[in-house]
Amino acid sequence: MKLSDQKPNQGDSRRDFLKKSSVITAIALTPGIAVKAAENNVDERFAELFEKIPLNLTVNNKAYQTSVEPRVTLLDYLREELHLTGTKKGCDHGQCGACTVHVDGQRVNSCLSLAVMNEGKKITTIEGLAEGDKLHPMQAAFIKHDGFQCGYCTSGQIMSAVACIREGHAGSRAEISEYMSGNICRCGAYPNIVDAIVDVKDGGATV
Amino acid sequence: MEKRMLKEDTDRVDGILKVTGRAKYFAEYELPGLTYGVLVTSTITKGKITALDTKAAENAPGVIAVVSHLNKPSAAAYEQEGGPQMKIFYTDKIFYNGQPIAMVVANTFERATHAASLVKATYAKEEFNTDFAKALKDPKAKKLQGQADYKRGIENAYKTAEVKLEERYFLPIETHNPMELHGMIADWRPNNQVTVYAKTQGVKSTQGTIANVFKIPPENIQVNSEFVGGGFGMALRTWPLEIATVMASKHIGKPVKVVITRAQMFTMVGNRPAAIQTIGLGADKDGKLTGITHRAYGETSTYENFTEGVVNMAKFMYQCDNVNTSYAIVPVDLGVPIWMRGPGEATGAFALESAIDEMAHALDMDPLDFRIKNDPETDQQKNKPFSSKNIKEAYKIGAEKIGWSNRKNKPGSLVEGQWQTGYGVSVGVFNANRGKASVKGILKADGSLLLQSATSDIGPGTGTGMTLIAHKLMKIPVDKITFELGDSSLPPAPSQGGSATLSTVGSAVNDVCEALKSTISELAIHSGMDPTANFVEVLKKNNLPAIEVTKESHSGKERDNYSMYSFSIHFVQVKVHALTGVVKVSKIVSVGDSGTIVSPKTARSQMLGGAVGGIGMALTEEAVIDHRYGRYINNNFADYHVPVNADVPEIDVNFINKPDPYINPMGAKGMGEIALIGFSAAVANAVFNATGKRIRSLPITPDKVLG
Repeated sequence: MKLSDQKPNQGDSRRDFLKKSSVITAIALTPGIAVKAAENNVDERFAELFEKIPLNLTVNNKAYQTSVEPRVTLLDYLREELHLTGTKKGCDHGQCGACTVHVDGQRVNSCLSLAVMNEGKKITTIEGLAEGDKLHPMQAAFIKHDGFQCGYCTSGQIMSAVACIREGHAGSRAEISEYMSGNICRCGAYPNIVDAIVDVKDGGATV
Repeated sequence: MEKRMLKEDTDRVDGILKVTGRAKYFAEYELPGLTYGVLVTSTITKGKITALDTKAAENAPGVIAVVSHLNKPSAAAYEQEGGPQMKIFYTDKIFYNGQPIAMVVANTFERATHAASLVKATYAKEEFNTDFAKALKDPKAKKLQGQADYKRGIENAYKTAEVKLEERYFLPIETHNPMELHGMIADWRPNNQVTVYAKTQGVKSTQGTIANVFKIPPENIQVNSEFVGGGFGMALRTWPLEIATVMASKHIGKPVKVVITRAQMFTMVGNRPAAIQTIGLGADKDGKLTGITHRAYGETSTYENFTEGVVNMAKFMYQCDNVNTSYAIVPVDLGVPIWMRGPGEATGAFALESAIDEMAHALDMDPLDFRIKNDPETDQQKNKPFSSKNIKEAYKIGAEKIGWSNRKNKPGSLVEGQWQTGYGVSVGVFNANRGKASVKGILKADGSLLLQSATSDIGPGTGTGMTLIAHKLMKIPVDKITFELGDSSLPPAPSQGGSATLSTVGSAVNDVCEALKSTISELAIHSGMDPTANFVEVLKKNNLPAIEVTKESHSGKERDNYSMYSFSIHFVQVKVHALTGVVKVSKIVSVGDSGTIVSPKTARSQMLGGAVGGIGMALTEEAVIDHRYGRYINNNFADYHVPVNADVPEIDVNFINKPDPYINPMGAKGMGEIALIGFSAAVANAVFNATGKRIRSLPITPDKVLG
């Protein structure tokens, strides 16, 4: 086979490389201990050493010192690693807002942010909004105005709604609708969501 | 805005769980040793897999297995001849583009996702067609009867009427796209004990399907589905991807979680099929209908037939002695459709209710007057009286609230600057169903009541409705009543579909409460107490910690004597921009005629949801296929437009709220479907009234308005 006919194996990771330790170059370039580790089936842990990088962040006032693969999104990190499943995956493309969280006080689609981009940052999720059993005023208003049906977009709606008021974008119903249009609700609770935001805004409570 | 009658009404019983993020949906359960499955899908539309190279995926980090037709994890029913054509991982045949052909299971989601990209399939391609309109024109393409032809009086009587019209209406594919992605967690344990966490509208149905495919007893299978992030019909069946998840768990002996992508939501879990319909209407010069003909063609797949009630409404909604309908389905090389909110009736109502408006215009009549003039006293199809029908009252309420008197019958009369205003009305109707369900009630000496049934709540507020039914009968505070659902081990109930849950399960709640009450009063008499004594005292006096009753409930003979339907009227005001063709729905008044309203707050939200779904159907939603490749080209929320907050005006929801005397003990009829059925026609009719432009092809996009 000519060299030019060989396709680069783009799918291979470091561990694939280790698994194929019979390849001469691999043996030549890989420390003996690594090859041995792969052969002894401890390659998973070894691969993790290669593939994960350290991450320090604060989620709902709790500090985490951890390490993650750089390709893990903040959303998947919250849901799958920290088991904070209140933040929802609706599209994974930043198109629906179900995954909205606050990063240093700003609303962010957590599916569009890699976990490692949040080094040193303060994340607030829906689980961190209430103070103990005392609901945040926006949570209470969503219940009062029935701002949801199935409840799946609700966490994102509430996180967005709080930010909408903080940003000063809750001046009128039309403005609220505009600034809440990044959060899709397929059950169609929009008018109730706007009612809830108006209620909280008019109530004057600190959000 | 209409001040809501409902502020003081009972909040959703699961509200706190939903606003705090504590409500757990299927993908959120932590199981020891959980693995992640990611599906590999076909990149051709029709043909056969000739080779599947899984080696690179198997070698990728964290990969536990690649499951496909090559290793066929055992599914007993699929090993037999016959049955469904789409036997996932048992067939090398490709029926549509995006069909799951393999699943990569790994120890993290990211590793499974990466490894899935390494699976390479080679195919033998075949000719295909995904274009429904093309298939319809092709005399060689298959057309299957979808429903028996119906005829009352003279066929095609419209053709000889004094005033007649015949028009064709088109609906594109719409997708349900609930906010929660579909999938499943399956945990197959030794001795064929299976636990699944599902996104389903029917836990018993999921349990039954898994039992059938794997040929294990249903009682071995525990289905949990407490919270469902929307369904709109797509979770009414157990899809191949769910069977694949169970297979994978069985294969590797570990729990497997699959959450499909938003793009896969367009291809793996059904859709509202495209439809082409012809309506013929005839009337005399006084505006009495003399003939209705409704012919419909709906899309289906090549591997499974799908039919729905597209032509039902034409048979009874209007007084007319001559009615005929036909409905055929046309297979194309796409995934099989499934009922989407309002199902076929919503498809049919767009055509019929548009045509009714067109006829009113042809007669130079107010479309509301025309409807009232042709409103039937009895159901001419079934030849029975309606169990209850307050449509004229609903017309009146809605007309007043929308300001119908501001409407001009001449289109294009209301112009303000560059905006034209129009008003439209339409009717929705759906079977008022009631099935069979069982509920267990446990009345406790601590003053609480626990109710259990294997029903579902995909969003309408099932638990809230059931709690309120019990609250009313038992006089127990709402916070002392718990309704448990979404668990296949509870007393059986049907799937949540066809607007039947409140009627069906609510009746069983009613019967359980009545039985508990009479048991308590018997106990009271027995122990020398007043028969109306408080149940807590009665239980205490008898040293009973609790009493328990299970009741099965279903309808009786009343169904034979009456025609039972729920009705809705949708009034909309639209603003159409003359230069850009943009249509904005500026005001909505919906009136529901669905018997007693059990839970006003959640009922109102259902009507809101129907109107919002209706805006999408009318103005924005269209799943577009590139027929050269057989692929969806707008399979995401940026390109497939569901309504967002800014698309929705304030919505004034009204209910007639009069009990239906025959349907069930509550007098309540379903309303999930009628909230949507007909809505799109109201918008089309309003656009006509605003502009004089009749658009018979949904969605009503600016190009059509200007074209």
